[in-house]
Amino acid sequence: MTLNSKIPAGKLESKWKDYKSTCKLVNPANKRQLEVIVIGTGLAGASAAASLGEMGYKVKTFCFQDSPRRAHSIAAQGGINAAKNYQNDGDSTYRLFYDTIKGGDYRSREGNVYRLAEVSASIIDQCVAQGVPFAREYGGLLSNRSFGGTQVQRTFYAAGQTGQQLLIGAYQALERQVALGNVTQYSRHEMLDIVMVDGKARGIIARDLVTGKLERFFGHAVLLCSGGYGNVFYLSTNAMGSNVTAAWKAHKKGAYFGNPCYTQIHPTCIPVSGDHQSKLTLMSESLRNDGRIWVPKKQGDTRKASDIPEEERDYYLERRYPAFGNLVPRDVASRAAKERCDAGYGVGSSKMAVYLDFAAAIERYGKIEVNKQSIENADAAKIRELGEGVVKEKYGNLFEMYEKITGEDPYKLPMRIYPAVHYTMGGLWVDYELQTNIPGLYALGEANFSDHGANRLGASALMQGLADGYFVVPYTLGNNLADDIRTKAIPIDHPAFVAAEKEVSDRINRLMNIKGKESVESFHKRLGKIMWDKCGMARNEKGLKEAIEEIKALRKEFWGNVFIPGDINEFNPELDKAGRVADFLELGELMCLDALNRNESCGGHFREEYQTEEGEALRDDEHYMYVAAWEYKGDSQYELHKESLDYEVVHPSARSYK
Amino acid sequence: MEHYTMNLTLKVWKQKNKNEKGRFETYPVKGISSEMSFLEMFDVLNEQLVAEGKEPIAFDHDCREGICGACSMYINGRAHGPWHNTTTCQLHMRQYKDGDTIVVEPWRANSFPVIKDLVVDRSSFDRIIQAGGYISVNTGNAVDANSLPIEKQKADESFAAAACIGCGACVAACPNASAMLFVSAKVSHLALLPQGDPERKTRAVNMVEQMDKEGFGSCTNIGACEAECPKGISLENIARLNREYIGSVFSGSSDKA
Ligand SMILES: Cc1cc2nc3c(=O)[nH]c(=O)nc-3n(C[C@H](O)[C@H](O)[C@H](O)COP(=O)(O)OP(=O)(O)OC[C@H]3O[C@@H](n4cnc5c(N)ncnc54)[C@H](O)[C@@H]3O)c2cc1C
Ligand code: SF4
Ligand code: FES
Repeated sequence: MTLNSKIPAGKLESKWKDYKSTCKLVNPANKRQLEVIVIGTGLAGASAAASLGEMGYKVKTFCFQDSPRRAHSIAAQGGINAAKNYQNDGDSTYRLFYDTIKGGDYRSREGNVYRLAEVSASIIDQCVAQGVPFAREYGGLLSNRSFGGTQVQRTFYAAGQTGQQLLIGAYQALERQVALGNVTQYSRHEMLDIVMVDGKARGIIARDLVTGKLERFFGHAVLLCSGGYGNVFYLSTNAMGSNVTAAWKAHKKGAYFGNPCYTQIHPTCIPVSGDHQSKLTLMSESLRNDGRIWVPKKQGDTRKASDIPEEERDYYLERRYPAFGNLVPRDVASRAAKERCDAGYGVGSSKMAVYLDFAAAIERYGKIEVNKQSIENADAAKIRELGEGVVKEKYGNLFEMYEKITGEDPYKLPMRIYPAVHYTMGGLWVDYELQTNIPGLYALGEANFSDHGANRLGASALMQGLADGYFVVPYTLGNNLADDIRTKAIPIDHPAFVAAEKEVSDRINRLMNIKGKESVESFHKRLGKIMWDKCGMARNEKGLKEAIEEIKALRKEFWGNVFIPGDINEFNPELDKAGRVADFLELGELMCLDALNRNESCGGHFREEYQTEEGEALRDDEHYMYVAAWEYKGDSQYELHKESLDYEVVHPSARSYK
Repeated sequence: MEHYTMNLTLKVWKQKNKNEKGRFETYPVKGISSEMSFLEMFDVLNEQLVAEGKEPIAFDHDCREGICGACSMYINGRAHGPWHNTTTCQLHMRQYKDGDTIVVEPWRANSFPVIKDLVVDRSSFDRIIQAGGYISVNTGNAVDANSLPIEKQKADESFAAAACIGCGACVAACPNASAMLFVSAKVSHLALLPQGDPERKTRAVNMVEQMDKEGFGSCTNIGACEAECPKGISLENIARLNREYIGSVFSGSSDKA
């Protein structure tokens, strides 16, 4: 099967406009006959379900949490990008497009990314209309800040709770459609398989997590908005329940998995404190607007931060990357932190941390306030107090969270931070219409591979999730469903539904009947360690080959020795988790395979064999300028399909932030 | 910060499902580090139970960052435990010392039936939002985001109310099991914005009506909700809701005051 990305012909700026004005439409009466299943109610799923409900489709949504409002998107902190150019600092659709392409290290599609930049402005309009309380200036207009990899201020935010506010907006729009009867919502339900009829996705099997019962649902189309798979590493900034199951089941039914090895390691997270660690907490990238990152110039320096004089500190990002300084993209900042710690300059008790210091910002803001308020002869304490006030207003909730977790006051002591797994650029392969290679099956948001190439820029995931859900899929779904208006709802006693349910049920029974000795949690931790050590921030051929064998062995052990307490037909979180970990145990192998295949370094994928003398990532455009789309062919059998990336407008060059 | 380890006694509510009766079970837990979060302490206990071939304790959680609103433990008589403005998942074990006994129960309210152990059904909150907790604007209807300036102070106040995470601690803390703080936070969030103005009256009336229908108790101004709310949602929101509600009931719900 050849991959057709379906990028419309024509000039970059007119592709989406032309598509929208020529795509097929479904009339209102027919929409009422068309059923759409949406898996996931994060930003992508909630925005898609609400919009499709408004248009008149019959929609069903699913999420495994107890309410759609709790999807992982809720935790996004820093902000959402949009090319509004409200700051008059030279932003434009083209610049957002260009920054995203470059940030992604020239491994994404021009057509998709341009569309993303194009619709970004409408997202902000839509959210404000829904009542999203973005931060504002005294004049009443919207405020912006900067994120990594850009030199303009285009990030909109609501303190450090942007994801929460955006998701609440989408959730409320969704609940309104529930009230109007256009959407039926199923919470505490987990999708466990896709049902295929005549080569098309026509429904799902889901498990009611309260009763344990399997249920069948029909849809003319199925939208997977099930989020990312960073939890394959066990420790990540993702919510505890985030998982790959929905996407993986689709993959095993034939959907290609795109660039599985592209993982984003976020540079500023609270470091691991011990073996008990269950997740890692992000300290938003927005902090790098004001925080300066440093380590001591001396190896193994045990002095307190405050005892290390200015000239004995190494602000290594400012030193290495003067043009972008502390605001280099995430992959660059993460590797630089790892490099310093590995070389013995790390701080804190584990020595696997660097400082993120706000002292200079507090002083700077304090002085500005003193001037603003015309205070005469302000002493250092007064300046500090005023400066802390400004910093609190900007990042208060993050500072509070840091203090709750570490017990240290970041207004007084610099934060200790270290990189952690955060986001997965890889995901289900989709074409321009966000349709996977399975007709009728779509993937939106973090679950797809589409727009971020090998590295995502900060504040762009929220933008992409909402672009997909509010502004892209409402058009592209119609274009395809227009051909389906004569298809009647398929009864759920159709043999395809029966067979799919049996498959799911057999697997659950198999899991429960293992009755081994080791907990699901323990297997998950062991997998995470392999992945972090050998497929994490730095990868090499030898390690990846070992990892593949270790994962295979671990999978075998899991299926022979896992212990799941409780019963099938009841609320049983251990069973839910076992199913997810079983899928991670397969995905991990594919990620290593993909990383092994890609003999280059690009974005978040860093192969130690391929680096410049200064330790920067070394791409190989001649051989690897393609999307790796993997087809599942049976246990440990994957076939690689390549979608070559053609750059018509941007000229790929070595990414420099110096 | 000095770190230490401790041994504790946990008394935890166990209940198989909503129909069966529940009871407290006592569990000793050993070697808990002061650096753990409260839920990580539960992870340790659950791993211990699984190792003994027993069923672990079911509890809701997801983000473990204090933002999703899933976690919901009633700890030594307090919703989300002793720390001010803190969810269960953000409570850390340095609060406790060796030898302490900790009693953990689910949220208790008729409108939040127990599903299992510490997990309750909070779908009533979704239904309250469905009754009017939104602004009726379809995708694509919006005007330019800066076409309508909003006074910073109003926007900030609206944001403060919008910070509610829908956890239900206010209900659990209230002797009447009232959901007024939750409802008022949503009404305030939207009423403070010009975009939310056209529907403000019907919104307040419909949401309160749904709250009553769900069987939540009435508000008698005790203030326990505000004290236990992890997001610092203020009682002023309840006062505002009362004004909105009374205003609309007396003026006819479609009128604007
Ligand atoms: C701590 C943190 C901070 C972040 N901050 C930012 C930021 O400031 N800016 C930015 O742009 N991005 C940020 N990101 C990234 C961004 O939040 C995510 O990429 C984005 O929210 C993902 O949205 P989504 O809709 O694709 O999926 P999610 O929000 O993850 O939603 C997944 C949904 O799928 C459901 N689901 C999954 N599997 C199943 C199944 N099998 N059956 C049924 N339902 C299922 C879940 O219940 C959930 O509803 C951050 C990420 C983290 C971890
Ligand atoms: S008002 Fe506070 S306690 Fe009540 S649901 Fe909202 S955040 Fe939780
Ligand atoms: S687990 Fe999300 S708020 Fe506690």
